[in-house]
Amino acid sequence: MARTEKGLTVKEEAVVAINIDTDIVVARHKSRELAAQLGFSYVDLTLIATAVSELARNIVLYGGAGEIQLSLVENGVNRGIVVVAEDHGRGIADINRALQDGYSSSGSLGLGLPGTRRLMDEFEIVSAPGKGTKVTVKKWKR
Amino acid sequence: MPNKPAVRATEVVSAETAGSLLRELVAHLRQNRTQLREEWASRITEAQLLTAMSKEEIFAEATSVYDNYVEALETETFESLQAYARNLSERIIPRGVETHEVVGIVLLLRDVLARSLFGKYRADYNKLARILDAYEPAANRIAITVAVGFVQERERIIREQQEAIRELSTPVLQVRERLLILPIIGAIDPQRARQLTEQLLRGIRSNRAKVAVLDITGVPYIDSAVANHLVQTVEASRLLGATVIVTGLSPEIAQTLVNISVDLAKMTTVGDLQGGIEEAERRLGYKVVPLSEIPQQQEEQ
Amino acid sequence: MEVPVLKQGDYLIASIQSALSDQDLVQLRDSIVQKVGKLRSRGVIVDVTVLDVMDSFATRTLRDIAHMIRLRGAETVIVGIQPEVAFAMVQLGLSLEGVACALDLEEGLAYLNRKSPKSTKKGA
Repeated sequence: MARTEKGLTVKEEAVVAINIDTDIVVARHKSRELAAQLGFSYVDLTLIATAVSELARNIVLYGGAGEIQLSLVENGVNRGIVVVAEDHGRGIADINRALQDGYSSSGSLGLGLPGTRRLMDEFEIVSAPGKGTKVTVKKWKR
Repeated sequence: MPNKPAVRATEVVSAETAGSLLRELVAHLRQNRTQLREEWASRITEAQLLTAMSKEEIFAEATSVYDNYVEALETETFESLQAYARNLSERIIPRGVETHEVVGIVLLLRDVLARSLFGKYRADYNKLARILDAYEPAANRIAITVAVGFVQERERIIREQQEAIRELSTPVLQVRERLLILPIIGAIDPQRARQLTEQLLRGIRSNRAKVAVLDITGVPYIDSAVANHLVQTVEASRLLGATVIVTGLSPEIAQTLVNISVDLAKMTTVGDLQGGIEEAERRLGYKVVPLSEIPQQQEEQ
Repeated sequence: MEVPVLKQGDYLIASIQSALSDQDLVQLRDSIVQKVGKLRSRGVIVDVTVLDVMDSFATRTLRDIAHMIRLRGAETVIVGIQPEVAFAMVQLGLSLEGVACALDLEEGLAYLNRKSPKSTKKGA
């Protein structure tokens, strides 16, 4: 996962601990506030906050506890926001299946991961049974 | 130029750092500022660069570039030169100055200064080599900074213009109270589809529209990604309480949509724009009636 | 943050005032479903104008509200979804299928008036 950090300069960072449902509200509020510093359009701010909300909810539903790390980054050409959602829960056995529309393992709408992927520009997931889950998403300012 | 040869002679060569050489160089460039600047400006005119600008303008810009150039050599920091290059580009791009001209003038300055260094250190070949070793990397970096600054500024302007063209290419028109029309002409790519959706949604909100007619008569083809965008546009409009009627689907597009099994149940489609507007009016409770069919007493009132 | 659910004639109006946690949303659902029965309301308006995010949970809860209210014989209309929020919702794959939506409170009331004309109109 370190390679996703390659060539990126981190300008600003925030970490939100995710334990209960009210933390989801805090995380999405914080993401909107941070992303606004880069001058994202109102539509993009909404997409980012919605993605963070979904990722945070996945932590509460499946991971039990974890954190959302938000960073404003620069890669020399573009500026953007990186969201890392990490938990130490039971992990995902079949990642490909989890990325299909309509899949859900907790009776929710099952749109979390594929939907979140559509909201952002880049998406990466690392997970294994018993090892927790780490989802990294990025959005670049157009 | 106070060269302090006595002191230098006692030093070992390695003590003569690149930094001290650069300082010597900068002092030389400062001392000969007037002459070198003039030479540069006349070389620019000779090479027929910056033809969009007058002689006086060229000289004024040459002066600023020269001073910024020397400053960048002296401080070995490029931020202020970068800012200046951006500012310069902002001013000269609207006048039609091309990339090769900007690169050309920076390279000319590099030549003019190098020649003057040749002249000064002609007698001491070793010293000349060391001076050039110190000068070249810094000069190259300056040339790159200015050229890249110019290109970036041009790209920014092009992006802005593309954005403006895109916005102009999908007008959201209100034809009646609560009725919008979006005539779409030309190919739709995912980015344009997104912009179209954003504009329509804003238009629905600000005009309090109930129905929008999306006419795609002028769209040559649609792929599955764009078709799905259209379905999303229809769905998003419904979330704002508005119905979207899609008109003008060509036989080819109709076939594509069937082949890629887009969920058409979510879309209301009508053959042509006129039919679409009539359907929209019907939904809004309008009825268009020829004047001759209106009872006479209305005119007398 | 509790959402006030107010009776307005035959209708119930729930105006969300600030961002809601999942728990708040569940409470809102329960409170609306309970009040619809108690007050014999014929229509429900949920005003989401202030929400700047509608994620899968919020959308699912609103859909549940609409379906439960229908089972109790009344109509629901969601009003005030912001353009950006609507855009994000469909990108995410959420479209509130089968749930009526209107631009704002005024439009929502007009919708309910068309959908469920007053049953006890005197002298009509």
